[in-house]
Amino acid sequence: MCGIAGIIQSDRQPVKQAELQRMIDTLNHRGPDASGVSTSGPVGFAHSRLSIVDLAGGLQPMQSADGMLTVTFNGEIFNHIELRAQLISKGYRFQTHSDTEVILYMYAEYGPECVQQFNGQWAFAIHDQRQQQVFLSRDRMGIRPLVYTQTHGRFIFASEVKALFTLPDVERKVDLTALNELFTFWSPLPPRTFFEGVLELPPAHSMIVKNGQTKIWQYWNVDYSPNEENRSLDDWADELRALLINATQLRLRADVPVGAYLSGGLDSSVTAAIIRNYTNAPLNTFSVNFTDKEYDESHYQQEMIRELGTDHQTVCCSYEDIGRIFPQVIQHTEKPVLRTAPAPMYLLSRLVRDNQFKVVMTGEGADEVLGGYDLFKETKIRRFWSRQPESKIRPLLLKRLYPYMKNLQAQSPAYLKAFFKIRQDEINSPFFSHLPRWDLTSKLKSFFSNDVKQQLVSHDPLAEFSGQLPARFSQWPSFCQAQYLETVNLMPGYILSSQGDRMAMGNSVEGRFPFLDHRVVEFAARIPVRFKMNGLNEKYLLKYAMRDLIPESIRERPKQPYRAPEAHCFIDTHRKKARFEYVNQLLSPDKLKENGLFNPAAVQSLVKKIEQGRAIGTRDNMALVGILSTQIVVEQMIHKNPIAAGNNDPEMAAILA
Amino acid sequence: MSSIQSEIRNFVADNFLFGEDPESLLNDDSFLETGIIDSTGVLELVAFIEDKYSVEVDDDELVPENLDSIDRLINFIESKLKELK
Repeated sequence: MCGIAGIIQSDRQPVKQAELQRMIDTLNHRGPDASGVSTSGPVGFAHSRLSIVDLAGGLQPMQSADGMLTVTFNGEIFNHIELRAQLISKGYRFQTHSDTEVILYMYAEYGPECVQQFNGQWAFAIHDQRQQQVFLSRDRMGIRPLVYTQTHGRFIFASEVKALFTLPDVERKVDLTALNELFTFWSPLPPRTFFEGVLELPPAHSMIVKNGQTKIWQYWNVDYSPNEENRSLDDWADELRALLINATQLRLRADVPVGAYLSGGLDSSVTAAIIRNYTNAPLNTFSVNFTDKEYDESHYQQEMIRELGTDHQTVCCSYEDIGRIFPQVIQHTEKPVLRTAPAPMYLLSRLVRDNQFKVVMTGEGADEVLGGYDLFKETKIRRFWSRQPESKIRPLLLKRLYPYMKNLQAQSPAYLKAFFKIRQDEINSPFFSHLPRWDLTSKLKSFFSNDVKQQLVSHDPLAEFSGQLPARFSQWPSFCQAQYLETVNLMPGYILSSQGDRMAMGNSVEGRFPFLDHRVVEFAARIPVRFKMNGLNEKYLLKYAMRDLIPESIRERPKQPYRAPEAHCFIDTHRKKARFEYVNQLLSPDKLKENGLFNPAAVQSLVKKIEQGRAIGTRDNMALVGILSTQIVVEQMIHKNPIAAGNNDPEMAAILA
Repeated sequence: MSSIQSEIRNFVADNFLFGEDPESLLNDDSFLETGIIDSTGVLELVAFIEDKYSVEVDDDELVPENLDSIDRLINFIESKLKELK
């Protein structure tokens, strides 16, 4: 896994090596093992390498033997061995054992459509000297990042925005539309990023840059029609199991040891159990615990560790740990976040790296692909209830849904009904499943400054999203519509990026996700809904297919979403003050006014409320995390001011002195 | 403005309105319909009433009829205070 960068001068000026070097230096965390720069007239590529496959031979940027193709590549093509054999039979000769070289010759043989044959996670660019064009592509699910911008006379791309910002002609400016989308959906809608003029190549898209023009197209999409209704449960289960085993085996292809995350939940238990039972690889596992027991799952982790007999390491997170690391976390996410959950993932990948591992397998994607999220259950219950809106019993099902939400458990039936009330216009909305979440998140916009509110008055994020839905969407079952929205929106925009790639690569660790093998995704899209969620039993088929590998206590346990403590990490309610100086500084009226995005008086009342420890719910927590992380992004990336997490606590300061 | 009314208004403004103009909230506006209160908000309201007025809110009193606007809150608190006398 690696960092990539490149410059394509449409004005035909030669690319300056020093500029490429500056760009790639900012991506050292993605690839600390080696770096390389290569230029060929108006096109130049750079690469920072984390060596995983063919440690000796995989240096990049890499050229084809005839010198006509050059590639810079971040990611893995897991089926490179099979593709190599295919190419050899067609007469190709290879110099290395790397998957990078396979990409070069797959492109030489099949052109841009070569990506259809890739099983993997990638972002790459190929300079094709014959065609005088650059071909860029990003994997189907959006696992690896690729951002770009166009300035006067050139096209510039990189794995992360910070590399683009090293160039003097790239403007640093917040995109207010993106801010509005982020405070609705948790991330901007692709191709938008948090920064004006900086775009991302959306997942499952390829692009050609030629003569200063760009052409972008989607090469793959998930389709939920038709759900195949005529196969038996056992038949589905056998195929799912075989696919998952194969997807995991492919992802163990590496010339370095591969570790696994173990959260205590079903998904990572499945990947770990497959490694234990179907491969010869040694099993080293890693997990996060919390000092706040409300978030801690170590009990279930211990159970899987005993079951699998793994060599296990744990990192325990306190409020202080999360608050202290947060500015660094945001330096990697490069966009605001509404939850602190990425921070523990960053501490976890550090633990992995400190144990000399570069690659981890995780259960990411199972909830989206196989129907695990509470949101899907909520959708099912709300649909069921909307058929009998006056029912007093049906809303009570919602209580069963969120056993871990104390505030919800304390509600009377009358209030429960009121909170989940379904409006007539919601029933026919394509976004039925997601409206409660997006409405709640949109409440945070009341903190925007008047100026920002004014500028956004005519922007409707939902209308923009509707325009991106595929034509087939309206024909899919309601459950699959919810799955689709989650798979194209929150997963690439937040789960796989802010909480995924960015947190792992921040510590030079590569994540691999068997559930996101495109064969698994395509297969799962055809599974009848009743086998994904049986009644309110989520990921039913997965549990059934793996029943002999996973202990009953893990299969039957109540699902707990991965969460981390939030406002408490920044504000100490006992001492009624911020834990860190940077929190005070960034939430001060002066700083808020200077950046102009939020209303200082509103933020002050929120902070005061939290300091006094008055029962704070999801909305207040998300508001604090969202506002603080936005301020951090602006401070670090727009104003170029580094933030040190200086501690406010005099006792702590004395210990550190 | 009665003292209960101003106390409730201040509480709602400080804890739920944040960036919005407190004047824009009318005494008979529904907290639920205007979306200024969420499930935690209801519990915050109840805690406020219990602390501030030394009354106990029973489970079966946790209904929008008692708590869902400034006017309803005033009525509810006044009737609870009468019970105490």
